[in-house]
Amino acid sequence: MNILDYTAVELSGKIKQGEIKVAEAVEAVFEQIDRTEETLNCYVTLEKEKALRQAAVIQGKIDRGELTGPLAGVPFAIKDNMCTEGTLTTCSSKILSNFVPTFSAEAVLNLEKAGAVIIGKTNMDEFAMGSTTETSYYGVTRNPKNPEHVPGGSSGGSAAAVAAKECFAALGSDTGGSIRQPASYCGVVGLKPTYGTVSRYGLIAYGSSLDQIGPLTKDVTDCAAVLEAITSLDVKDSTSMEREDTDFTAALVKDVKGLRIGIPRDYFGEGLDPEVKAAVLKAAEVLKAQGAIVEEFDLSLVEYAIPTYYTIAAAEASSNLERFDGVKYGYRAEGVEDLHPMYKRTRSEGFGAEVKRRIMLGSFVLSSGYYDAYYLKALKVKALIKKAFDDAFAKYDVILGPVAPTTAPKLGESLLDPIKMYLGDIYTISINLAGLPGISVPCGEDKNGLPIGLQLIGDSFQEKKLLRAAYTYEQCKEGN
Amino acid sequence: MAKQYETVIGLEVHVELATKTKIFCGCSTEFGGAPNTHTCPVCTGMPGSLPVLNKQVVEYALAVGLATNCTITQYCKFDRKNYFYPDNPQNYQISQLYLPICRNGYVEIDTPLGSKKVGIHEIHMEEDAGKLIHDEWEDCSLVDFNRSGVPLIEIVSEPDMRSADEVIAYLDKLRMIIQYLGASDCKLQEGSMRADVNLSVREVGSEKFGTRTEMKNLNSFRAIARAIEGERNRQIELLEEGKPVIQETRRWDDNKEYSYAMRSKEDAQDYRYFPDPDLAPVYISDEWLESVRRRQPELRTEKMKRYKEEFDIPDYDIEIITGTKHMADIFEATVALGSQPKKVSNWLMVETLRLLKEKEMEPEDIRFSPENLAKLIELTEQKVINSTVAKEVFEEMFDKDIDPQEYVEEKGLKTVNDEGALKKTIEEVIAVNPQSVEDYKNGKEKAIGFLVGQTMKAMKGKADPASVNKLLKELLS
Repeated sequence: MNILDYTAVELSGKIKQGEIKVAEAVEAVFEQIDRTEETLNCYVTLEKEKALRQAAVIQGKIDRGELTGPLAGVPFAIKDNMCTEGTLTTCSSKILSNFVPTFSAEAVLNLEKAGAVIIGKTNMDEFAMGSTTETSYYGVTRNPKNPEHVPGGSSGGSAAAVAAKECFAALGSDTGGSIRQPASYCGVVGLKPTYGTVSRYGLIAYGSSLDQIGPLTKDVTDCAAVLEAITSLDVKDSTSMEREDTDFTAALVKDVKGLRIGIPRDYFGEGLDPEVKAAVLKAAEVLKAQGAIVEEFDLSLVEYAIPTYYTIAAAEASSNLERFDGVKYGYRAEGVEDLHPMYKRTRSEGFGAEVKRRIMLGSFVLSSGYYDAYYLKALKVKALIKKAFDDAFAKYDVILGPVAPTTAPKLGESLLDPIKMYLGDIYTISINLAGLPGISVPCGEDKNGLPIGLQLIGDSFQEKKLLRAAYTYEQCKEGN
Repeated sequence: MAKQYETVIGLEVHVELATKTKIFCGCSTEFGGAPNTHTCPVCTGMPGSLPVLNKQVVEYALAVGLATNCTITQYCKFDRKNYFYPDNPQNYQISQLYLPICRNGYVEIDTPLGSKKVGIHEIHMEEDAGKLIHDEWEDCSLVDFNRSGVPLIEIVSEPDMRSADEVIAYLDKLRMIIQYLGASDCKLQEGSMRADVNLSVREVGSEKFGTRTEMKNLNSFRAIARAIEGERNRQIELLEEGKPVIQETRRWDDNKEYSYAMRSKEDAQDYRYFPDPDLAPVYISDEWLESVRRRQPELRTEKMKRYKEEFDIPDYDIEIITGTKHMADIFEATVALGSQPKKVSNWLMVETLRLLKEKEMEPEDIRFSPENLAKLIELTEQKVINSTVAKEVFEEMFDKDIDPQEYVEEKGLKTVNDEGALKKTIEEVIAVNPQSVEDYKNGKEKAIGFLVGQTMKAMKGKADPASVNKLLKELLS
């Protein structure tokens, strides 16, 4: 079997058994990168030498029995909005084209502690704003299943790298679907944890109250292992939460008997591609056949999620991105004398169109006279959306639906119509607003061979239920 | 008849809190480090960094709020105030707008017409900015982020003050309360207390407030008083000429005794305040509040009352000694070591005040320890040294906090109580000053003083003048 065909956990097993060396795995990944990266453009930065040096260190620790975990020796990719000490971190923006952090994100440190070898930083929509990985300053990333199509976004580079075997697993971040949607488009597993589960320290913020880091992996087992590795209570992040049930790999059990699954009718209405609909409902049947109790219900408020999300996320982003001003780090416009022209030129030249659009939107909804009508109202709707989910989870263990209304669109289609692109987030964003966990699992392909994703949504801190349902589905779906 | 005008003043007072570390990170708040040495990713606004609230800041804010009769907001939040300036690394300042920690308080001040309440609209917590240094030589600006993230509280008064005297009385009262709480040293000159003055004028009897201006850059009580006078006159002049007062921020130049417009309301910034999503709301439980309340130290008013009851010292002394917490602390600690209150008070009121004035120091700068002051008093009580020597020792103690006992030993300053040696010296003095002896014997009482002085000089000060006097008289009789 080709090394590249192993999952992360399988690879680590082979490494620990001495059958494969960490360096071999790293070399294999870089050989694959040599073959496909020119077409796909999954990475902004690749660090082969550094990865090989790290591989030697990790190999030593494994040989000495100091590293025994399920991810020891696995080559990983990190989305380029997570700080990595000494390694360029751009957020796929020109404005951070020269930014080398002095510290690593907590999630990255946790992965490194687990024995991961970081091989590079993946491409993304600029500052995680977008659903296609086309807004990157460093070029578009293409979908490995069909390079004419987008990989989704904003964690498109991470999803595509996993799908193209340019790494064994990756970290992404999810503010409104940025892990789950590209996972769905590329046919990999992606999980957005409950808000507060993974430290945001070192994640360059987009929408602080919505951002969560999570895994993009080849299967559900890898997903649980990565989640377990990156979950931690971090005193450096005030929104980090103390959790007890973090042994996520223990949830990898093929058993959904009696699991109550709710299917929101609101997720299957107008705008949903019939092929996606059929594949998702078929997945529900698989779980039902395994003993799950599946029924339909009305979630309500679904149509308010998009305006609410774009108000809150843009407002937070407009403030979060103020620090990129050319003064302390990053790009600075040349040939400007005075302070304010320097700010204006730097930010005009340093940010792309979509980022500027959201900064303007966010500045508008926070400005005096509009704050109450937009931002404050959005916060109230956010609370109502959370309430709607609370009501649903009083009846169900898991909510099942599609990740996105369609499979991956063709390159260039989405940016022509931003509103349409925003509407594509309809099934993913409300769980960010409610702070809930959600997972995307491959559930088939459309007639063009493009992957379709099944979304399972859990109540706060119920990742284990999600993983159990997802694992059971993965084990029982057609082709397995 | 000329119109009569009334000045209406409200203050925004920023106080730097005395925490060891910054408000949202673990960096030191110590003053005077080399530029950008007390910094980290958080207080320099590095991408990916996150703030974590220093609990001591909340405790100090609560203490000040309770001492100024405020209502405590038990569920309070931090908001971001967005504006671009290089001293502000994130380009937003974390502050409180919507739910400040304290509201609706007051302090009482003394005025010639009796006691008066000045309302406190709110007190909120926020972070300080860094410092911009303009390098004229290199023609560039540099930023020092050592002050960035130092905790502040802003105390916003109601527009309840009517004169510079009331403003000074209010500031003095606030300063006293905060110093007593140990929440800040409140030094205007060093910027740990800063006041912005909001001032308007209106015709006496008018119900409506006039248009106000805000004045900044006031770093002494004197500057504040002069700025109020200057601004009042400027506004009255405008009104007399039929011109409007423009709502604007003005910068006081104390050298030129004039204020200059910084920015008017037209180009006022929209700060786009919104709750900071990086910080959880602060919930102040009843227990927490109660524990702060229990730990509140005795404030000045209570202390003055207690001194009157406990110590036999003049009211004036009490006023001065309790005028700064540091001096009151020294007083009490010295008394606790067994010294007589009156004696302690005397050392503080006379020699300490004299030296402070001479050396242009503030009472907060007193360095000698209560232990050493108690020793010095003991040495004089036991007549080990005389009062002249004691003053000399005290000066040394004031400068270097020396141990008076050791110092007296080392320098051999003990009063000579050996009567034989003293008698011998007096006899010598009598021998070389026949004229004075003659004068004394002829009834010139004053001559004895000269002889005592000569003896003291010969003894290098180490004698008890009373004993010298007594012995002299015996020998001359």
